Amino acid sequence: MTLIDYLSVLFLLAGAVFFLAGTVGLLRFPDVYTRLHALTKADNVGLGLLVIGLAMQAESYASVGQLLLIWFLVLLAGASSSHLIAKRALQRGVRMWRR
Amino acid sequence: MEALSLLQWLIDILIGVGLLWLAWRVLFSPELFKAIVLFIAFGLLMALAWVRLQAPDVALAEAAIGAGLTGALLLSAWMKLREESTQQFEQKRKRQIFVWLLAIPLLLIIVGLGYAISLLTPYPTGLSTAVAENIDASGVSNPVTAVLLNFRVYDTLLEVAVLFLALLGVWSLEIRESAIGSEPEPVLDVLTRVLTPLLVLVAAYLLWVGAHAPGGAFQAGSVLGAAGVLLILAGWRLPHRLAGLPLRITLVAGLSTFIAVAVLMILGGGRLLEFPSSQASQIILILEATATLSIATILAALFLTSRPSHSEKT
Repeated sequence: MTLIDYLSVLFLLAGAVFFLAGTVGLLRFPDVYTRLHALTKADNVGLGLLVIGLAMQAESYASVGQLLLIWFLVLLAGASSSHLIAKRALQRGVRMWRR
Repeated sequence: MEALSLLQWLIDILIGVGLLWLAWRVLFSPELFKAIVLFIAFGLLMALAWVRLQAPDVALAEAAIGAGLTGALLLSAWMKLREESTQQFEQKRKRQIFVWLLAIPLLLIIVGLGYAISLLTPYPTGLSTAVAENIDASGVSNPVTAVLLNFRVYDTLLEVAVLFLALLGVWSLEIRESAIGSEPEPVLDVLTRVLTPLLVLVAAYLLWVGAHAPGGAFQAGSVLGAAGVLLILAGWRLPHRLAGLPLRITLVAGLSTFIAVAVLMILGGGRLLEFPSSQASQIILILEATATLSIATILAALFLTSRPSHSEKT
């Protein structure tokens, strides 16, 4: 294994950690707002780390571009849909969790 | 390599068990909304299963139509149900005995299917050799497209007809358009502005690439239809001057092109939908392009449910 391989393993594992943390947060957090917070971390940062890790193994710049495009689209869709869900929840009067 | 194949086995088992579990939850969750969300998750996992089975064409169709657009249609139907029934309609618990009566034939079907699978040769070739031998005459190099748009093109004709009939059925219900959802939502607006050109581009790519790689009319149509659904969600409506004849022409374009080609082939001395191999690829492209437009328009119209008004007085 070369240095690039080690680096990409590192990034992939870091991405997996974010996804795991996001999933645990989604299952364990008390209300819709905090759950969205956990979910978007997994989607945005976790997927970003996976994309970096995979891009190091890509065979061509075209596939690097495809990976980045996927990340960009997920960022866009994730941010927008979380915003819409949170806004709708606020409108319907879902209370924010207080300790 | 040993560890890698073990990992693949694990992933396959996870997908299979996950599918069965999700299917169970879809059928037995008391809340309709939860069942719909689970159904969408089921569709996405099913697409993954098709990828693992090396059927990217089916995976694309499942993700776009099965999970995406069917999910959107179910959600819009759910919204309509909630609006129209002021009193929460209680779901009557079906008598246990009927469930068990249904279980017996289902069990027989499962046993029969299992028996049929056990009779198969380990690596059945089916008709794939026949398709591979005749692929040069079909006008395309993707075997799936060759089957769907040439060898068994009447299947696709009937599929397009079924979609069209479904829309006629929905329109004949005369459902009024709901007022909810027409308020402008800035974030959704921006998202739609970014995604719509991209979706149109992807649809065009899928349509074109279908000749030699996974893709085709239904995949392209559902991606284009998704753009329509997004536009409708963002509050866009078809301008009145387009909602009359132009809309109807687009809706029937796919089906009528299929029928026109079929009739032309018969008049030309051939059989129903039998293409001369020299012009097959052009015919397939025309059929697929019009079918894509019609499928997209029909799917978006199904999502809107109410018929777009084309005169000012309605």
